[in-house]
Order: sequence, then structure tokens, then C-alpha cells
Amino acid sequence: MIHSLFLINCSGDIFLEKHWKSVVSQSVCDYFFEAQEKAADVENVPPVISTPHHYLISIYREKIFFVSVIQTEVPPLFVIEFLHRVADTFQDYFGECSETAIKDNVVIVYELLEEMLDNGFPLATESNILKELIKPPTILRSVVNSITGSSNMGETLPTGQLSNIPWRRAVVKYTNNEAYFDVIEEIDAIIDKSGSTVFAEIQGVIDSCIKLSGMPDLSLSFMNPRLLDDVSFHPCIRFKRWESERVLSFIPPDGNFRLISYRVSSQNLVAIPVYVKHIISFKENSSSGRFDVTIGPKQNMGKTVEGVIVTVHMPKAVLNMNLTSTQGSYTFDPVLKVLTWDIGKITPQKLPNLKGIVNLQSGAPKPEENPSLNVQFKIQQLAISGLKVNRLDMFGEKYKPFKGVKYITKAGKFQVRT
Amino acid sequence: MYIGKFWLLLALRLASPALGNPLDLDIVKHLETHCKPGAKMTDSKYFTTTKKGEIFELKAELNSDKKEKKKEAVKKVIASMTVGKDVSALFPDVVNCMQTDNLELKKLVYLYLMNYAKSQPDMAIMAVNTFVKDCEDPNPLIRALAVRTMGCIRVDKITEYLCEPLRKCLKDEDPYVRKTAAVCVAKLHDINAQLVEDQGFLDTLKDLISDSNPMVVANAVAALSEIAESHPSSNLLDLNPQSINKLLTALNECTEWGQIFILDCLANYMPKDDREAQSICERVTPRLSHANSAVVLSAVKVLMKFMEMLSKDLDYYGTLLKKLAPPLVTLLSAEPELQYVALRNINLIVQKRPEILKHEMKVFFVKYNDPIYVKLEKLDIMIRLASQANIAQVLAELKEYATEVDVDFVRKAVRAIGRCAIKVEQSAERCVSTLLDLIQTKVNYVVQEAIVVIKDIFRKYPNKYESVIATLCENLDSLDEPEARAAMIWIVGEYAERIDNADELLESFLEGFHDESTQVQLQLLTAIVKLFLKKPTETQELVQQVLSLATQDSDNPDLRDRGYIYWRLLSTDPVAAKEVVLAEKPLISEETDLIEPTLLDELICYIGTLASVYHKPPSAFVEGSRGIVHKSLPPRTGSSESAESPDAAPSGAPPSEQPAVIPTQGDLLGDLLNLDLGPPVSGPPVATSSVQMGAVDLLGGGLDSLMGDESEGLRSDVGGSPAIGGTGFTAPSAVMPANLGPPPSGGLGDLFDLAGGVGTLSGSHVAPKTVWLPAMKAKGLEISGTFSRQVGAISMDLLLTNKALQVMSDFAIQFNRNSFGLAPAAPLQIHAPLAPNQTVEISLPLNTVGSVMKMDPLNNLQVAVKNNIDVFYFSTLYPLHILFVEDGKMERQMFLATWKDIPNENEAQFQIKDCPLSADAVSSKLQGSNIFTVAKRNVEGQDMLYQSLKLTNGIWVLAELRIQPGSPSFTDLEVSRLYFPPPFFRCIQLLSSFHP
Repeated sequence: MIHSLFLINCSGDIFLEKHWKSVVSQSVCDYFFEAQEKAADVENVPPVISTPHHYLISIYREKIFFVSVIQTEVPPLFVIEFLHRVADTFQDYFGECSETAIKDNVVIVYELLEEMLDNGFPLATESNILKELIKPPTILRSVVNSITGSSNMGETLPTGQLSNIPWRRAVVKYTNNEAYFDVIEEIDAIIDKSGSTVFAEIQGVIDSCIKLSGMPDLSLSFMNPRLLDDVSFHPCIRFKRWESERVLSFIPPDGNFRLISYRVSSQNLVAIPVYVKHIISFKENSSSGRFDVTIGPKQNMGKTVEGVIVTVHMPKAVLNMNLTSTQGSYTFDPVLKVLTWDIGKITPQKLPNLKGIVNLQSGAPKPEENPSLNVQFKIQQLAISGLKVNRLDMFGEKYKPFKGVKYITKAGKFQVRT
Repeated sequence: MYIGKFWLLLALRLASPALGNPLDLDIVKHLETHCKPGAKMTDSKYFTTTKKGEIFELKAELNSDKKEKKKEAVKKVIASMTVGKDVSALFPDVVNCMQTDNLELKKLVYLYLMNYAKSQPDMAIMAVNTFVKDCEDPNPLIRALAVRTMGCIRVDKITEYLCEPLRKCLKDEDPYVRKTAAVCVAKLHDINAQLVEDQGFLDTLKDLISDSNPMVVANAVAALSEIAESHPSSNLLDLNPQSINKLLTALNECTEWGQIFILDCLANYMPKDDREAQSICERVTPRLSHANSAVVLSAVKVLMKFMEMLSKDLDYYGTLLKKLAPPLVTLLSAEPELQYVALRNINLIVQKRPEILKHEMKVFFVKYNDPIYVKLEKLDIMIRLASQANIAQVLAELKEYATEVDVDFVRKAVRAIGRCAIKVEQSAERCVSTLLDLIQTKVNYVVQEAIVVIKDIFRKYPNKYESVIATLCENLDSLDEPEARAAMIWIVGEYAERIDNADELLESFLEGFHDESTQVQLQLLTAIVKLFLKKPTETQELVQQVLSLATQDSDNPDLRDRGYIYWRLLSTDPVAAKEVVLAEKPLISEETDLIEPTLLDELICYIGTLASVYHKPPSAFVEGSRGIVHKSLPPRTGSSESAESPDAAPSGAPPSEQPAVIPTQGDLLGDLLNLDLGPPVSGPPVATSSVQMGAVDLLGGGLDSLMGDESEGLRSDVGGSPAIGGTGFTAPSAVMPANLGPPPSGGLGDLFDLAGGVGTLSGSHVAPKTVWLPAMKAKGLEISGTFSRQVGAISMDLLLTNKALQVMSDFAIQFNRNSFGLAPAAPLQIHAPLAPNQTVEISLPLNTVGSVMKMDPLNNLQVAVKNNIDVFYFSTLYPLHILFVEDGKMERQMFLATWKDIPNENEAQFQIKDCPLSADAVSSKLQGSNIFTVAKRNVEGQDMLYQSLKLTNGIWVLAELRIQPGSPSFTDLEVSRLYFPPPFFRCIQLLSSFHP
């Protein structure tokens, strides 16, 4: 099981260590540093590293490496999932998962880590339970604590720990009872040079914010549940009910949580909302090239495409770029060779265009690679897969909750090859 | 800003003493003055107590009366501890704070205790009382906290005191305490395994598997699994259908982590039949929709393993296959680290069951901002999934990747194009033209990689794509990597006759011969020799030059030796040289990079573990060899049987049940050579028989234990004295057909002191199959077999197993001439090609009308088996009894007459020990194998049997058996033999001794 955890920042300092069994010397991280040195980019450090006596399994989140040390055969996914859960918990508690936040709250961090893992076995990872055991820091609370001398610790056993619904606290009370569902879909796509779709799929999630008193039992049904054939569920969902009736039936956790995530892959179901026309070319034996990119709306179901940003990783030989845009602003980072064009909203009448000259290092050979364009966008009030919530029913409680559903479509990994 | 300075300060503090640079110290001072503790409300204030004197300050604060001050002090201590500062001096003061009602303070003290107890074992005992007391606290949270913490104090002295509280907590009314206690057992076991066993905690832990609370069950399983890992043989997790049912129930209700433990535990279970396997699968499938990817992958492992037991005809099998694809694909949309582990596992799954993901090629397309480790894995899987149906798409993608920035990735993409060409024959042409396009880009590393793979394509499809050689030659100068240079040289040498200036090209390489790497030098040497053999007239000088460079000026032994070999070949026999150097090369196949099937099966059992990430069995890398249990997939149960017949599928036994061991032929040869075949010695048999009885008693477990243990039995006759007291029989030189090569004269010695046949028989009994041709000697084809005779027909029962990675077909068999003219009566009929890892059982009818040649040993048979890969040879010894014909009973008169005519030199005697049979039993047993009793009489309390048998070639063998009744279960059997004694002797012995 998980033996130890080291948190390492980008400059290679170990700024926190926690051991759940015997103490493992920091020097074990040298193997990690070695691998880090080999990988040109921080993102390319391999997640599983073997050393003579241990295995190091790491994740990279928010510019911090979470490096765990294991000694026996443990499922690596188990470790990786757990590490992400640790990072999520920090985020949840401190508002951000950063080195500063962790150092500012080091005692709480320790208490949390101790509570999350016992002898390497996960103990309490549900945010609801943790918050009952260890109260998140707030300025008000720390002031009150320092005056009254009360503590951050819950004194009683969290009720959720043992019930069959460990995700929910027992006594929940709200004056306004509300249930909100956000259907968020991200389009992952690869578009080739000629504009045809090489690969496209939709990664969808339904994030919920449920503030309901007591023990509500909800069922959520869809107009077109057939779209969902590849779904991952929050543990609260009754799987049998979904299998037989295609209805999501559950007693929700309190607060924010991800109800389901799903994938829609069949190509014809995935509409591509934007198209990109592009000419990026470099002249042989001359230190310049041409850049001309236009972006326009395609199948957007009558909705506006907004928040459009195009980023391009230009070849190393590019020195700078002289461009003019008809809409939005662009920046070029000459160190990282990244061009960012922030467009905003696309109006179909006047399509945004960015064109101009690319200056190359003199004498450098013509770059071989063709840069890919990365496109970000957002469409409000639309789930591009067509998924629609039909109704939400609540059982088990008397009051009438306020219900709301919001749809949004975003670009995920949306790439256009040139 | 404040924090940043603080860390910088720390770093400098660490660095400066080593540097000893006064300037640095100045900086430290400067920083210190600026970093005075501020009045901030964050924990970082605790870090400021770094000066030595402050340990004393802390001590004072810890002993303060004010609770709040105490707590602050402990927090400061903890903060110092986290950055690796030594605050162990404060141990007694911190432990003093332990007796408190404040839970936070208690927890903080516990944190401290866990860290330092090991270094202060004597002081740690002070904490024991508090633990014992806390374990009785009315608040379950405190009880659990105590039991949790005390397990983390790794001090031997303390553990003894903890047993009682732990025992109570394991039976606590509150499940939260029980589940915490379960883990504590694992902790304790890690510190003192013996103690845990002595105290019976393991049994208590096993009982917890039946606990009513799913979380307790999950933790008990987790604890037991961890303990079991250090005790592989202990069989702690003894699973049976009842406990499996409990686990499956708990699976639905416990936390995600508990589900992982339970699923991993389930995967080790071996269902008793396909029905049970199916019902487990049905209950595990919902886990595939879990949000936690580790749960999903563990569920996939269980399903992949149990699927092996389901019949492929089952509807459910197809349903399951369909259900597996979506969760695997979903794993690929997770964080890159998860993707990486998922991809390594998918790589295995795709090799085992390609049908699962065959339509999902596109999800493996590489995105430019994937981390490199994800890109490389995706590429690998793309090639595995490439087929005629999707090859166009794959190639378009690969070509795209070949223009990316990352050099490693580009190289692998180019290589992948070559692998596609070799894998999908229809795409070869397209692949070659894609490669040519890439060569046109003139990007150096792309060109070199392309040339290396084109060489492989040439080898797979000879005489097809040589038209591209000209293009390749244009790039000769730009090649600077040894592998690419060697590939190019190989191409030039191989196709020297089609390249006009091949000699010039090779000569140009020769100039810098000594600077080349060995790989290139060897290739150059071979290529020039090839060139010489193809165009001998113009290249004599060149070959001389390279040979002298290789043999005289090089100190690399490989190169020198190869040079000498070529030189001698060329100077002695140019025709032979041609045959050697220009020999046809075996084709390369696509499967070269697949994982070997047995390893793959093992790895499938380890899906989701480190083994699956490294593609190595745990034995190859897990620390120490402890706890390595080889896992194997369950055998498929009766795929031909309908799923309705539950008991038609006996399984659960490991698939590789070893047949009873038969001594190798070498051993037998040795044994038999020791056999004294000297002239019979006369003497009273009684004297020895008692000795023999004693010897037999020494064997212990009675004679019955010898059954089925031939090796033991055979060996026992080695030391056996030659027959004693055998009546001097005279035997006729029996009816001797003319077609038998070896004359029986010349004494028995040279002809008969040969090895006996290996084999046993009795009626329908046939010796277990032995391996005749091991797979490693026959490119993956393993043949095992045995001989049998049934109702007058001899047959050779063969078991052919394909242990290679490619399909085998076109089987044929042939025998060499042998002593009895044994030959196949029908061709070897194997109707379908033999797929990898498939086994076919076949019975080959034999006759005895083949050509005859005396073999040595007599019953030696040389066999050749051919398939599409090659021809393989092996030899085996057949048991003589297969040659005994049914009409071997000689008439009494004839027997008597013949007996008298047997010349003395044709006579031999043997003694068979350890025969537990009576005369009648022997007689009927032998009759089962066509050895007939002609007469029986009783002389002085001994039974005498007169036996006859006839061989397929008409030779008669006559024998007298003298059976001396010894102890009730023991008979002394004596054989006099005629012509074929050692094998015959062995036959009788085997027949009568071991198959009562």
C-alpha cells in the first residue's frame, strides 16, 4: 500500500513529506529528479518510476508533483486516483492547491493526510466526511478559535462513515432548498488539413449542486437516455434502476459533486461547431513565411460561439510574427513560440481573421513540422450531443425544491492540423 | 513573498556551511532580519521557531498550564517535524500532553508519537496506558483513533501491551472501530508476524470477512491480502462459494477503495465451473461504470480472467465483450497518468482479445499535446489494432505523426509504418510509398529510420519492392547512424546484382572501415562477400581487401572469426560458400513484438498492477522472491458442451496437470546397461528371495505405492541379481522369417543389451504421453505421444501443441526405416491450422509393412514431422508389446518341440522382483497384451508358467516364468527369455507389476 508521500515543487524542492509506515528517506526522490531531468518538459515525467527498493508513482497537478512511494505490488491506478483525491481535497479546503496554500495550512494538511490514509489504506476520502472531522480554515473561524480556544476538529464520529450512504451527512438543513444540474459537454476532436474530421467525441459530465434538507431521494430522467451508453456514475446512483429504466435514481451527497460522466463517440452524433481556414507556409531559402487563419461557425444550432481562443505552437525557428487581426488581440511568446489569439465572440457576418508575416531565424532550414492549432470555445445553453433532461422528481421529503438545469458546450482537446 | 523568503532562507542555511562562503552568510543574516515572525494567521508562523534556543522555549510552552498555549506549541513542534527537523528532544514533554479531552491536541500528539516512538522506545512505553484507556472510551472515534495510532508505533516492546486492547476492538460493537482494528492487525503483522499468529488475530480477521458491515469486510480483505503477500503459502484468503457470495454483496455497498480490494481478491478465486464464473461476472459488471478508474480496471481484470472459462458460443460471452469496450475507452479521457497505466493494460488486453477494441481505433489517435509517454503507448496499440479495414486511416495518421517535433515519437511513427507493412500484407505497397514520401522530406532521422524499416519490408516480401532501391541509394551519404548504415549495406549486398555500382557503393564504406561500429563492419563484410559471389569477376580485389581488414587489422573476435570463415569457404569450396552466404532467409513475421502467450496469460491475471505496467511477471521485479505465486488463467470449460450441463465441465484444477513421470530414456539406458546379462547362475532361489523381500520392505509404504510410479519400480531391478536357479531351458531358434535383418545368432549380448521400450500396457491401458519433441527445439511445435495396440491395430497417439506465435499448418509425418518396418498407415490428418497455444490430439494408425533396418536400440524409431515452418526430427523408443500379435499362442506340442531346439546361446534369464501377483493374475494380465500361457504346472510349491508370443514379423518368443509365492502380497517372478529379452523382459515386468 502507499508508504509515503512527497510533495515537490517545480524547482525540485521537497516541501512536504508524510509517511504512513516507517520513514523512507528523502533520497528516494533522487530517482524522481533523475527522471525529471531526462524529460524535457515537466508534463513528460513518466508516472511510474522504479527504483531498486521502491516504486514511485507520481501525478503533476497545479505545478506540484505528488510523489508517492510504494514498496509492494499495488495497483498503480489506485495510487494515482488517491493522489488526485488528495489534490482535490486541498483544492476544496484551501480554495487552491498550491505550494503556498499547503504551507500556510501545513497542520491541517497533516491532519487531512492522516485522516485520508491509515497504514496505506484509504480511510476517509469523501469531502463530506472529512469536513466533519476537520473543519476547513476560514478567516472567521481562525479568529473565533483563537479567542474561544475551540478547535478545528470534529469531536464526534461522522455519521456518514458507516451508513450505507457514506457520501451524505445526516442532519442537513437549508432554508432554501435547491437542486442545480449543469450539463457540460466538451468536444475532443482532431480536424485534418482539409477540414474533415479525423476523430471526434464528446466528453460530458453532469455536475450537481444540491442543497436539500433531510434525506431526499431524487430521480432524474432524460428525453433521450439512449445517447448515454458509456457512463461512469457517482456511487450514489442506483445502477439497477438505470439498467432497467434508464433513470438516474439517487440520494445525493450534500453540496457540489459530479453525478455522472459520459462519452458520446459515434462520429455522426458529434457536431463540429466551428471551422478553421488556414494557410501557414514557409518559403524555401528565405527567412519568412505566411500566416493566414480565419475561423467561422459551423453546426452551432443557432447559438453563438463565444470565448474563442486559438493557440498555435510555432516551430522553433520562428523568431517573431507580424500579424493583423480583424477581431480580438493576439500575443506571441518568442520564448515558448506560442501564438495566442483571443477572439471572443464569432459573428457570422464578419468572420475573424488573423494574417501576416512569420519571421524565421536567418539561415535556419525551413521548418518541417506543421504546427497544430488548438481552439477553445464555449456555447451557452446547448448540449452539443442533444442530451436533454426531462424531469427531476423528489421523494422522501415534503418540501418543494427549486430546480434548475443549465447546458454548456466547450471545446476540449480541439485540434486543427495544418 | 514572506513564504518565499522563508524557504530561500532555509535553502541557504543548508547550503552555506558547505560552501563556507562569508557572502552567503551575510545573505542569511540579511534575510533573517527581514523574516521575523509576522502576525499572520497562517501555519507558516510555526516554521519560524528554528533557532536552537527555541527548543527550550517550546519545552516551556509545552509544559504550560494553558491549553491553548500547549496546542500552539505542539503545532510548532509538528511543523518543525514536517520539514525534517529533529525535535525528538521534546518527546517527554509532548507525550505529557497526551492526556487531554481536546481531540485536536490528542491527534497532534499522536502524530508526533508515530514519528518519534521508534527512536525513543523507552519513552514510548509511557504512552501505552493512554492507549489502553482510550480503547475503552465511550466515543467510538477515540477508540478507533487509539487503535489506529498504536499500530503505527513500531516498537517491539509496546506491541505486546497492545494485544488485549486490539482484541477488544476487533469485537467492538461499532463497525468503525472494527474496521480500523482490522487494519491494525496488518500493521502489527508487519512489526511482529509471529505475535499476530500466536494471538490468533488472523482467525479473527478471517471471521471479519463475514461481518455484517461492508466496510469492515473490505478492510478485512485488504488487511488479509497485505498479510498474504508476505506469506504466499499461508492460504489466508481461502475462498469458497459462500465467502465469495459475501464479498460480492459487500462489493455493492462499500467505498470505492474497498471495492478495489474486494475485486482484486475475487480475481484470485477459481470458480468451479462456467456457471459460477458467469454469475460472478454478472455481479461484477456494474463496477465497469464506476467513476474511479482503479475500480474499473480491477473489474476488467476479474472479467478478463473469468471470461476464459466461458464458452465462446454463449450469448453472454458476446455481451460481456461488448460491455468491456466502453469503460476501457473512457479511461483514456482521464488524466494523463491514468491514461498511461490504462494504455499499458489495454496493450495486454488487445493482444489477448483483439475483438474487444477492434472498432475503437480512433480513440488511440495521438493529440499533439499528449505527454510523450502517452503518445508512445498509443502508437503501440494503433499498430496492434491495425487491420485491412482501418489501415488507410492508420497510415494517414502515422504519416502525420512523422512530421511532428519530438524526435523519439517521429522515429517510432516511422517504425510503426514498417510494422504495419509487415502486419497487413495488403497495405505493404501503400506503406512503402508512404515511406518513400518521408524519405523525400530529407529530414535526417526520418530517412534513416525509414531505411531501417524498408530493410525489414524487403525481408518480408522478397522480390517485390526492389524498385525503390535507387531512391534509397541517393541517401547513402546522409546516413550517420550505425543501424541505418548497416541496413543500407545489407540492402546493397542483398541486391548487388541489381545495383550497377554496388561495388563502388560498398567500396565507399570500406574507406572508413575501422571507424565504423561492429554492426556496420560485420554487415559490410557479409555484403561484400555476397557481392563477390554474385559478380566474382570485378570484385576480387574488394573482397580481398575486406577480408584482410577483418582478419588482420581488427581485434574484434566476432569480426575476425566471420572473416576467417568466409575466407576458408571461398578458398576451399566456392559452391558451398554460395550455398551458405546466399542461403534463403526465413521470413520475418509481424508477431516478433508480441508478448509470448504464456507470459501474456500470466500478465492478464495481473491487470491493473505494477506487473501490467512493466509487462513483466512480478517474479521478475518484486523485491525478494517472497510471495510470488504464479497465476494462470482458468481453463476454458467444455466449449463444445452446452452450458446447460453443469457437471459436464469439471474444472478448477490447474490446467497443467503433469502426467505421471516416466524416467527419461537416458536413465533407462543407463539402468539397463547395468543389467547383468551374464550366463545364468544356478543356485537355490529361496536364499535370495528372502533378501529381496527385505529389500522390498525397505521401500516402505507397501507395494501398492509402487503403482503408477514406474521409475521407482524400474530402478529397483537395477541392482537385482541375475536370475538364480533358473532351470536351464533350451529354446529352439524359432521360426525365423527371412525378411528380418538381424540374425539372432551371435549371442544375446550385442543384440540385446539394449535399452528396453518405455511403456506400459494392459488391455486398454496406454502409457502416459511423454514429450518427444520439446517446443524449443521445433520452433514452438511441441509433440508428445505414446503408442498403443488395440484389437490388432497399432497406433501412435500424438498431442501436438503450438507454442509459437504463428499459426501452423500443412502437417505431415514420416518414419525412418526401423527394425520392425513400422510405418504410418495413413497420412497425418490435421484438418484445421493449429492456432497459437492450441493443442490437437490425433491418433495415427501404424502398420508394419515399411522398410526394415536394424536399429540400435532395437525399438528405436526416428520420426520426421513437417509443417509450414520447417521439418523437425526426433526419435523415440516404442514399447515392444505393441508388436505382439493376437495369434501368438503356440500349441503345446509345438512349444515343447521348439523349446528343445533352442540353442543355448539364445537363452537368457531374468528375475523380476516386486511382483505382487499370483500366477493366474500374471497369466491373465499377460494375455491382455498378447503374451499367452501355453501351460502351467506346479513344481515344489512354485508355479511355472510357459508363455509364448509372436511378433509382427513372425518371430516367436518362448518363456518360462517361475513364480514363487512369498509373503501374501509378494510373488517372485522369474522369466526365461529367448530372443528379445531386454525389451521383452521389461514388458513383462511392467505388465505384471504395475497394473494389477
